[in-house]
Amino acid sequence: MRTSTGTRLTLRTVALGYLFALLAVPIGLILWRTFGDGVGAFIDSIRTPAAISALNLSLLIVAIVVPLNVVFGVATALALVRGSFPGRGLLQAVVDLPFAVSPIVVGVSLILLWGTSGWFGGVENNFGIRVIFGLPGMVLATIFVTLPFVVREVEPVLHEIGTDQEQAAATLGASSAQTLWRITLPAIRWGLTYGVVLTIARALGEFGAVIMVSSGFPGVSQTLTLLVHSRYIDDHNTYGAYAAATLLMGLAVLTLLLMTVLDRKRSTT
Amino acid sequence: MITVTGARKSYGDFAALDDVSLDIPAGTLTALLGPSGSGKSTLLRSIAGLERLDAGTVVIGGRDLTHVAPQKRGIGFVFQHYAAFKHMTVRDNVAFGLSIRKRQKAEIARKVDDLLEIVGLDGFQHRYPAQLSGGQRQRMALARALAVDPEVLLLDEPFGALDAKVRADLRQWLRRLHDEVHVTTVLVTHDQEEALDVADRIAVLNKGRIEQVGDPVSLYERPANDFVMSFLGSVATLNGVLVRPHDIELEREAPVELVAPGHSVPARVRARVERIVRLGFEVRVDLGTDAGERFAVQMTRSQAADLDLRVGETVFARAARGQDPELVGAGAAI
Ligand SMILES: Nc1ncnc2c1ncn2[C@@H]1O[C@H](COP(=O)(O)OP(=O)(O)O)[C@@H](O)[C@H]1O
Ligand SMILES: [Mg+2]
Repeated sequence: MRTSTGTRLTLRTVALGYLFALLAVPIGLILWRTFGDGVGAFIDSIRTPAAISALNLSLLIVAIVVPLNVVFGVATALALVRGSFPGRGLLQAVVDLPFAVSPIVVGVSLILLWGTSGWFGGVENNFGIRVIFGLPGMVLATIFVTLPFVVREVEPVLHEIGTDQEQAAATLGASSAQTLWRITLPAIRWGLTYGVVLTIARALGEFGAVIMVSSGFPGVSQTLTLLVHSRYIDDHNTYGAYAAATLLMGLAVLTLLLMTVLDRKRSTT
Repeated sequence: MITVTGARKSYGDFAALDDVSLDIPAGTLTALLGPSGSGKSTLLRSIAGLERLDAGTVVIGGRDLTHVAPQKRGIGFVFQHYAAFKHMTVRDNVAFGLSIRKRQKAEIARKVDDLLEIVGLDGFQHRYPAQLSGGQRQRMALARALAVDPEVLLLDEPFGALDAKVRADLRQWLRRLHDEVHVTTVLVTHDQEEALDVADRIAVLNKGRIEQVGDPVSLYERPANDFVMSFLGSVATLNGVLVRPHDIELEREAPVELVAPGHSVPARVRARVERIVRLGFEVRVDLGTDAGERFAVQMTRSQAADLDLRVGETVFARAARGQDPELVGAGAAI
């Protein structure tokens, strides 16, 4: 179908205006407020002990969550695409659950499960490992919300490559482990990379689930998102909140850049 | 030597292989020929161990391999859609089996270069499969399968995804390669021309069963049944009997028959010439009977010139001498 020049221009203007109003304006405003007083003020604000600790905690959570999601995400995708077992349809639906469930519900259910009076409360009561209001709780919450990304990015690639290459490797003498390592993983590497990038972005940005299970002490158990929140709400330190938000955004932009670079590389190989 | 005995394989209540037994002599190039869905791939993949049989045994070179994994069967397998390792160069693709076997680097390099020269891909070592044509990819896949010195080479419609010209070239090339390498080869194809062209022996499959096994000439000339006859080469139905299009004689007028006592001659069929097609060296005449049946007759150009047929005219057709068993008998008695 051909559209007239007039219609096309109108559509473009509306689309750009929409993006501008909803994305560019708020982000630009924060950047403007952050750097309005110079870069020095921004640097000072993100070098406080609380900010450094928050950055470290956010990165630590990413560092724990990503490898776990890679291993279990690839395994789940393989099971969903290649496996034939009872309950496959159910698993297929469950994987999407984190997309459907509000993060705050995730937080509440984790407390119900791992809290001192929950089913798994014994872990804390008997072994003294603090799950809720500790690092494990925040990691669990982040894993929950980021679970689908690797699975859903790897799945279509597995479908696309089919089983021919794996069978060819088998006839050439490769064991299943060798086939996984030398054929399957390299073949899905771009899907996997995408999944990882999305996981990182979401893990850094997660707020609702994490706030429920974090004790929220500045300098101890605050992630970057929690820092933005507490600076703004509890400390009435609006500038500090903007600065922390800018740092968070900087990390997100870095992740996006990484994705774009990788995308370029993918299209050339 | 490959021996398959009593092979059965079902998908649900559909029998893809229904009690198949087959001997494939060492050093031959055998074609598994049959229509799509007849179970050719299932049989080949069962020999490779990529498919598990419900019943029956597979013995290769005297070893019972029925329950042995594909990794340990000493086979090379070539897939219809190449199954190239896309993230590896041509060299790494061909070297894969050898590097799994932990061979010396120098030995691998030498062997890979030798093989690439044999399959005509010398100089392509550092390309990726995406940078090769379909025919080149398949030759790479062949080199990859041959690199591990397989006892048998199994090819599942290896040229099926290629265009006609490349396909014809490659099968000639495969035949020459086989004459050089002598590895026992099983080729799956649904193309009778391909099977007749390259194979020493042909096994015709239909609905999960083997209809006939033999060399191309005997299958073509002495088909065991109508299915084999109609699958190997084209056929026409004349008076309810299958006849090869080039074994039909056409005559302008019905001549007076001189019938020896006790013998009958096959009835002539009145038909109208509907179309005359020149196929290079041969001429095909499409005919229609009064009853609405259609059939085609094939003849050489000079035969066609002698007859000088015109579209729309009426002729009489009958099975040529040598085709009709009774006439063969009569001829022998003279
Ligand atoms: N994995 C499978 N599941 C169900 N049916 C199958 C499967 N593989 C093959 N079949 C059926 O078995 C029959 C034989 O298949 P195949 O051996 O691939 O035939 P061919 O190679 O002669 O075309 C076909 O009817 C096909 O639909
Ligand atoms: Mg097939």
